[in-house]
Amino acid sequence: MDNTNVLEVKDLAISFKTFEGKVQAVRGVNFELKKGETLAIVGESGSGKSVSTKAVNRLLPKKNSIIESGQILYEDKDLLTISDKEMQSIRGNDIAMIFQDPMTSLNPTMQVWRQIAEPIIAHQNVPAEKAKDKAIELMKLVGIKNPEQTHKHYPHQFSGGMRQRVMIAISLACEPKILIADEPTTALDVTIQAQILNLMNDLKHKMETSIIFITHDLGVVAQMADRVAVMYAGQIVEIGTADEIFYNPMHPYTWGLLASMPTLDIHQTDLYNIPGSPPNLLHPPKGDAFAPRNDYALAIDFEQEPEMFKVTDTHYAKTWLLHPDAPDVTPPAEVIRRKAKYEALFTSKKISSQVGGEAIGSRG
Amino acid sequence: MQKYIAKRLITAIPVLFMISIGAFLMVNLTPGNPAELYVTPDATAEQIAATERALGLDQPLPIQYISWLGRALTLDFGNSFSTRYAVLPIVVSRLVPTVILMGSTLLFSYIVAIPLGIISARKQGTWIDNLLTGGSFVGVSIPNFFLGLGLIYIFAVQLGWFPTGGMIELGSSGGFFEVVHHLVLPVFVLSAFYIANMARYMRSTMIQVYGENYMRTATAKGLAEKTILSKHGLRNALIPVITVIGTDLPRLVGGAIVTEQIFQWPGLGRLTITAIQQRDYPILMAVTILSAVVVLAANLLVDIMYAVVDPRIKYN
Repeated sequence: MDNTNVLEVKDLAISFKTFEGKVQAVRGVNFELKKGETLAIVGESGSGKSVSTKAVNRLLPKKNSIIESGQILYEDKDLLTISDKEMQSIRGNDIAMIFQDPMTSLNPTMQVWRQIAEPIIAHQNVPAEKAKDKAIELMKLVGIKNPEQTHKHYPHQFSGGMRQRVMIAISLACEPKILIADEPTTALDVTIQAQILNLMNDLKHKMETSIIFITHDLGVVAQMADRVAVMYAGQIVEIGTADEIFYNPMHPYTWGLLASMPTLDIHQTDLYNIPGSPPNLLHPPKGDAFAPRNDYALAIDFEQEPEMFKVTDTHYAKTWLLHPDAPDVTPPAEVIRRKAKYEALFTSKKISSQVGGEAIGSRG
Repeated sequence: MQKYIAKRLITAIPVLFMISIGAFLMVNLTPGNPAELYVTPDATAEQIAATERALGLDQPLPIQYISWLGRALTLDFGNSFSTRYAVLPIVVSRLVPTVILMGSTLLFSYIVAIPLGIISARKQGTWIDNLLTGGSFVGVSIPNFFLGLGLIYIFAVQLGWFPTGGMIELGSSGGFFEVVHHLVLPVFVLSAFYIANMARYMRSTMIQVYGENYMRTATAKGLAEKTILSKHGLRNALIPVITVIGTDLPRLVGGAIVTEQIFQWPGLGRLTITAIQQRDYPILMAVTILSAVVVLAANLLVDIMYAVVDPRIKYN
């Protein structure tokens, strides 16, 4: 992984027109994707993770979605302003997508090899016969057995896991620089999930593709991500390396997510849950959107939206708790346990003095 | 597949048999005695009885049915009560104009309606869509006799562009262009309904297809919009549309009774109405059986088409 950004999303805000009014689904999202890395975007349903990434490929319905502001920079081009024709040449070629539901994401009336060959024919201008060979090769690559025979099958003749492999083959057909995977394993059995994740990790290393991985499953994040962005109510509330998010989380929402994750190594009788439900984005609340559900909310949380506080060069969190004047709070036991591991890791590596997060981390 | 078709054809036999019994009962139990229609008003009871005997109506119904069935199995549907000519040639000679009329109507309707439906779906909620949706509402609602008479008045009587009726000019032997000239108005009248019906159906099907995940996948692949529509949209939209075509097909035979009457079209519809008025049982039976055969064939055809279009459907 080097440090060049392949994609930069700046100040992205997206609304949807509904009968009740404008729903502000994404409210000022910033992130960048580095070459060869996997960035996981986590958050509960409706947090805006799918919407922000669909905007990258301009797959939002034209009819009712409005890009309020922002830029999506890819190779010095703003994907939000280029022509439809230009966007078409980028989709599937430079930026490919894998969707959540492999059962419905493939065309039921088209042989799978044709579906895999389509982007190759569209973008690389190769004859159908050659594209067919490439499609069969791709089927082999993603671990579909016997592609010489099965390439002529229709999607209904494959299992869910195999169909998701076909989806992956489609997305990799043109060796894209960016792969956006929108909950690719949510609809699959756990054993198949692991296979698909391993496959994606393998292929990422082979092809040096950068991946944006959208999920609400923190277990999957741990297996896949180099960096993690946590989204809540249309905003990124915390972003950092996977270690930083898992073992030194700063935002009370991230604490809540981690505390509500079942673990095997401690005796657990009942699982923590974050009280309440996400705010209605028709009328986003004043101040910090998470404040009403936040056990650690300060008075200011209800008044003023916090800024992104820097923890380290890679770690930022949007919570007033990081303000120098903020009182000390004790995070949930699960988070304290994680932070202890983190500190142990850093003292053993003897780099704790260089990491600004350490001082704050010890506050817990 | 062959096995499936064979099975369907075999099961069609008892169905046709039941239909023939039902039709025979209904035709014969309808009030009115044909024999009375074919004698002079001052005929004596003996003369009526003699006519009944001549028509075979003096036998008990089961006997009449069995003798009809025996002959029908050899494709002999008897002679018309009113003209005394053999039924089969009469029906066939009337079938051809009806198939020409309805065939042109359905073909024209689909050619117009399918693109309209797609445009409507693509432009959902815009003024074009509203115009097309409103237009189809009018098309479905307007009665054929009203539209027919209106068009005859404007285009045949006032403007003189088209003939008021018939299939060919009186005394001429016809010809392709002459028939087409006569077809324009009745096809237009009949198409109003079929265009409106199919366009509405196509619209809702396409809206549904556009919402499918595989259409999003196709977009995400970077395909051109027309490729997405033709390769991914249309084939999937065809599956429900075939159902509509299946219900339209039987009308090839019996779909234009009113319009045929208005335009003096020498088709099956007019033959049927005349046969009902004249209690011409043999003709009514033949027309009914023909309709039944067409309905059964259309159903079979639709099921075969499903399997052709949708690889998920397999018959054993």
